[in-house]
Amino acid sequence: MNPGMTAGLTSAVNAGMTPVGTPWFFYVLAGLAVASGVAVITRRNAVHSALALIVTLLAVAGLYLMLYAPFVAGVQIIVYAGGIMVLFLFVIMLVNIDRSSKERQFNRIWPVGLAAACALLALFVSTIAKGKALFPDRLMTLPESSNTQQIATMLYGEAGKMGQYTFAFEIASLLLLVAILGAVIMTKKKI
Amino acid sequence: MPNFIMSYLDPKVTVTPGSAGNQFWALMYVLIIFAGVSVAVICMNWIERKALAHFQVRLGPMRVGPHGLLQPIADAVKLMIKEDIIPAEADQFVFWIAPMIGLLAAFTVYTVIPFGPSQAVSDMNIGILFMLGVSSLGVLGIVVAGWASNSHYPLIGALRSSAQMVSYEVAMGLAVVSAILMTSLNASGTGTLSMIGIVQAQQQQGVWFIFKFFPLGFIAFVIFAIAMVAETNRAPFDMAEAESELTAGYHTEYSGLRWSLFMLAEYAAMIAVSSIAVALWLGGWMRPFPNLLHAPAWDFIFSLFPGLTFGGLAAIAFVEAVRMPTQSFFRIQRIGLAVFAALLGFIALLLLVIAVAGRSADMSVAARFREGIDYVYWFVLKVAGFMYLFIWYRATWPRYRFDQLMKIGWKVMLPISLGVLVATAIVGVIFS
Repeated sequence: MNPGMTAGLTSAVNAGMTPVGTPWFFYVLAGLAVASGVAVITRRNAVHSALALIVTLLAVAGLYLMLYAPFVAGVQIIVYAGGIMVLFLFVIMLVNIDRSSKERQFNRIWPVGLAAACALLALFVSTIAKGKALFPDRLMTLPESSNTQQIATMLYGEAGKMGQYTFAFEIASLLLLVAILGAVIMTKKKI
Repeated sequence: MPNFIMSYLDPKVTVTPGSAGNQFWALMYVLIIFAGVSVAVICMNWIERKALAHFQVRLGPMRVGPHGLLQPIADAVKLMIKEDIIPAEADQFVFWIAPMIGLLAAFTVYTVIPFGPSQAVSDMNIGILFMLGVSSLGVLGIVVAGWASNSHYPLIGALRSSAQMVSYEVAMGLAVVSAILMTSLNASGTGTLSMIGIVQAQQQQGVWFIFKFFPLGFIAFVIFAIAMVAETNRAPFDMAEAESELTAGYHTEYSGLRWSLFMLAEYAAMIAVSSIAVALWLGGWMRPFPNLLHAPAWDFIFSLFPGLTFGGLAAIAFVEAVRMPTQSFFRIQRIGLAVFAALLGFIALLLLVIAVAGRSADMSVAARFREGIDYVYWFVLKVAGFMYLFIWYRATWPRYRFDQLMKIGWKVMLPISLGVLVATAIVGVIFS
């Protein structure tokens, strides 16, 4: 980072780079996420559900941005909204939507779903009941500009030192590799 | 309020309006960029038709205006007043929203494109990640359009396009990562994802990343340059709309204004990915040889370029006006072209005056103007080079077969980009 740029950044911060209209953005994004989340499960047409899910993911990415986690927001957009959802749509498009939307749901897993929903509701209610005690007194003031670097330090560590989550991160990548190999073995008869 | 507006014009403020937290100028920049891109798309439309025609030894549009200069406007009017048909069996809502998705994705990317160190809407900390992510949303518009049309050819086009884009995104991302690695070769050892930061890293290291660790930077650049043609669905990778196989692919059922939105989105996305390539490998807004020819005299000479470019265009237009046939039928066209030449000449004069008036290094208004014009000029010139390449590719190469396309994407480009990434990391560690 050259001195001019650093000076520019500090002057911008001193000029009052406070977030604008925070509650407004929060309520719009949260409302959008909830409304499209409801649409995901109520639409009979699978493509409409998938599109609503994309809106949910984008709204959540916006919420991440408001939490000063731009890297997570960017990854959310690039991986979920841009990558995974395109593959979802790719598969759904090959399904005969007209027939599948008229079909009655035949599996009997709704009691499990109900139990999970109740557990989640209980969690929310307890959080609201306990209120402020659960949260730190004041907001951490993380500089937005170092968010990506901090994630990198946590995952890979400083020079010559292992990061806090290096092992978990590497194990997760192994898990993905196993999934890829499984997919290849299932589709190819002869490798 | 006026204080708020004027506070950004303070010479001490050297950041983008987004970073300075100034909504007014951010909005102004958005409007300027939106208008600029729309005009660029119109120009590109005309240049593409003319250049393609000349590649094929034809004349191209000649009737509407001198040398068909007014053809894009005539096309736009035609598309706007054409009947907008929605097929009876189509999914109405999705059919309606699909072109908007593509257009939104294409134009949202422009918030972080660095036309200059402060000539961007905002300098996001995750700039390049944001650009890749949002531009990958563009494929959703194509996929959804193909599905909503409820017709075979569009569906096949949409399937092809989604498979193709997901495949080439991988190689593209790896090529980008190897460029981002190069930004970390400084004293602090920390790289950056910010678009402006990436260009400033090239400025600091005194080399465009295309020439860094030759040939590693160059290979990464070539991979990106190929993948970006595939990402924007342009020939020779235009499998999604292969007209000889799929009629018109995903937009077969679209007509009128909605169809033109697809075209607008495609060209806007082309300009956007070209700007990524320019910012990452070709030094962004920097003029050629800034550290070799850094004397103030050279600064002055290079700052004359914008004016001279417009002067050259004006001269060409003037010569063509003189060469018009002398029949009375062409009189209006001749006058029109002469007026156009005069307009270009006036712009050239204005730019030259600014260049001369702002040649001192102080922070006067003229000097800042000159600086800004220089940055935007060099950036746009490099992007324009890429836009010409897009036309050139289209005129030169036959379309790939779909299996060939997949084979190149997964078996050639992906391994090479992975290898370049590893090699860049190793060489970077050795030389830092």
